Amino acid sequence: MRRRNLEELFFKFLMVLATLVVGGSFFLIVGTIFYKGAPYMTFDMLTKTPGGGFYIGKEGGILNAIIGSMYVAGGATILGLIISIPVAIYLNMYMDGKKFLSNTLRMVFDVLFGIPSIVYGAFGFLIMVYFGLRASLLGGIIAVTLLVIPILVRTLDEVIRTVPLELRDAALSLGSTRWETAKVVLRAIRPGIITAILISFGRAIGDVAAVLFTAGFSDNIPTSLHEPAATLPLAIFFQLGSPIEEVQGRGYASALILTIVVLIITILSELLVKKFYKHKS
Amino acid sequence: MTKDKAHISVQDLNVHIGGNHILKDLNIDIPNKSVTSIIGPSGCGKTTLLKTFNRLHDTAADVKVTGKVLVDGEDIYDPNTEITHIRKKMGLLSQRPYPLPMSIYDNVAYGPRIHGTRKRQDLDIIVEKQLKATALWNEVKDRLHSSATRLSIGQQQRLCLARGLAVGPEIILGDESTSALDPVSTSIIEDLFVKLKQDYSIVLVTHILRQAARVSDYIIFVYEGRIVEYGKTEQVLRDPREELTKEYVKGYIV
Ligand SMILES: Nc1ncnc2c1ncn2[C@@H]1O[C@H](COP(=O)(O)OP(=O)(O)OP(=O)(O)O)[C@@H](O)[C@H]1O
Ligand SMILES: [Mg+2]
Repeated sequence: MRRRNLEELFFKFLMVLATLVVGGSFFLIVGTIFYKGAPYMTFDMLTKTPGGGFYIGKEGGILNAIIGSMYVAGGATILGLIISIPVAIYLNMYMDGKKFLSNTLRMVFDVLFGIPSIVYGAFGFLIMVYFGLRASLLGGIIAVTLLVIPILVRTLDEVIRTVPLELRDAALSLGSTRWETAKVVLRAIRPGIITAILISFGRAIGDVAAVLFTAGFSDNIPTSLHEPAATLPLAIFFQLGSPIEEVQGRGYASALILTIVVLIITILSELLVKKFYKHKS
Repeated sequence: MTKDKAHISVQDLNVHIGGNHILKDLNIDIPNKSVTSIIGPSGCGKTTLLKTFNRLHDTAADVKVTGKVLVDGEDIYDPNTEITHIRKKMGLLSQRPYPLPMSIYDNVAYGPRIHGTRKRQDLDIIVEKQLKATALWNEVKDRLHSSATRLSIGQQQRLCLARGLAVGPEIILGDESTSALDPVSTSIIEDLFVKLKQDYSIVLVTHILRQAARVSDYIIFVYEGRIVEYGKTEQVLRDPREELTKEYVKGYIV
């Protein structure tokens, strides 16, 4: 009896400790970034592009990177959706009786999902070289699109599987073609599509490796797809590498901006997922 | 087509699902403008049989159908038969209502729209007519454009019936269509079936013998994938020819 109680106590202690470590490090990370970055969080940071001498501590902000990141993540998510929605529909609604093929395809997307983003960056870079593109907004969007496609396909695939088969039967029974039935299914999963968009955007905006050689960097806000574009993760990287305290501080402020953006997106998508599944049952 | 002429004619029908022989050598003529009930114990193949009538097995993996199903004399399993045309002839009412994710109005208008009716006035007429035919009009006429999922289950089921009728079918297939409904909604639906048989041929799967007695003209008793008995409702329920049927309808007291 005694031994079992001790055992119970010991493992409970371990579990509480592990939980504290995980929860603690979250607050430690956010806290550190906040502590170091908040003093440098000025209005200028959000609204100005780097002025001359920004990187030695003079005036300016990182609007270039904020807008650049929005362009890259937004463009990649839109492009990714255009490719992923048909794939997910095809997987679920056109491969009846081809279980082996559809399961193989699902596995391929799982593998793609696990590939590190630097590989997508390198692959995107090869594509650019092949087409004679220089580092540009377009290059960044292409590389990040490759990165988010597996995420989007997986998420959409799961969402489509929550649609009851009877709903499809209902649409078919009214004389719908498969494509018309697919449109009904797409309507039914609208909240799920928004969730997928948020997850993809959140992943895209924080990734550094995919944009490293593909998007380039620029102090200007890109005005065309062929101009290089700054991104938040790279802006953080450059500023933190500086020996000047002012610039380092701004690096933390940039990290704070990125963290807040990602946090908002994550919380929004969590809320939506909850709402979606509540709606289903 | 005249009364009592076969509307759906099943010939040597066999269905295999994933290697299991589910329906075995079925031959049935389902009469025109009558209600025919399919009864039998759970798992005997009632749903599977109903689905063969509008080829809903097409979308399922590893289902093999052999034999013929003639609808108005046309073999629906003929590769040259256009499936959307066959399905348009049949309205399906499933066990639970599955309204399309759109408004009440759009649910009813959905079928006519995909089949080419575009004019607003025409659609308005169809929607009103079918919602009246299913006794739903007075309950929903003020909120036609709100979401269909906000209706009660009983109202949703009547909406699904209206949606099915709106494409102008000849046949209505119902798979335990009242099993999720309260007694009041159930009797509304049952009354509708009786009324609708003037214009439609109706095939119902049901577990409730009293329902079969109330609404149907003919009963098909299925057991382990075979048709054991098929005859007029009165005869099958009161004076079954087969031992198996006798056993199954024993609990039924008029
Ligand atoms: N998709 C499927 N995969 C494998 N077996 C199936 C499938 N669909 C049906 N079956 C089998 O076919 C048989 C008949 O099923 P069916 O759903 O037609 O029965 P039912 O008479 O409608 O039963 P219930 O009264 O419970 O609805 C059952 O043994 C069932 O397990
Ligand atoms: Mg059934």
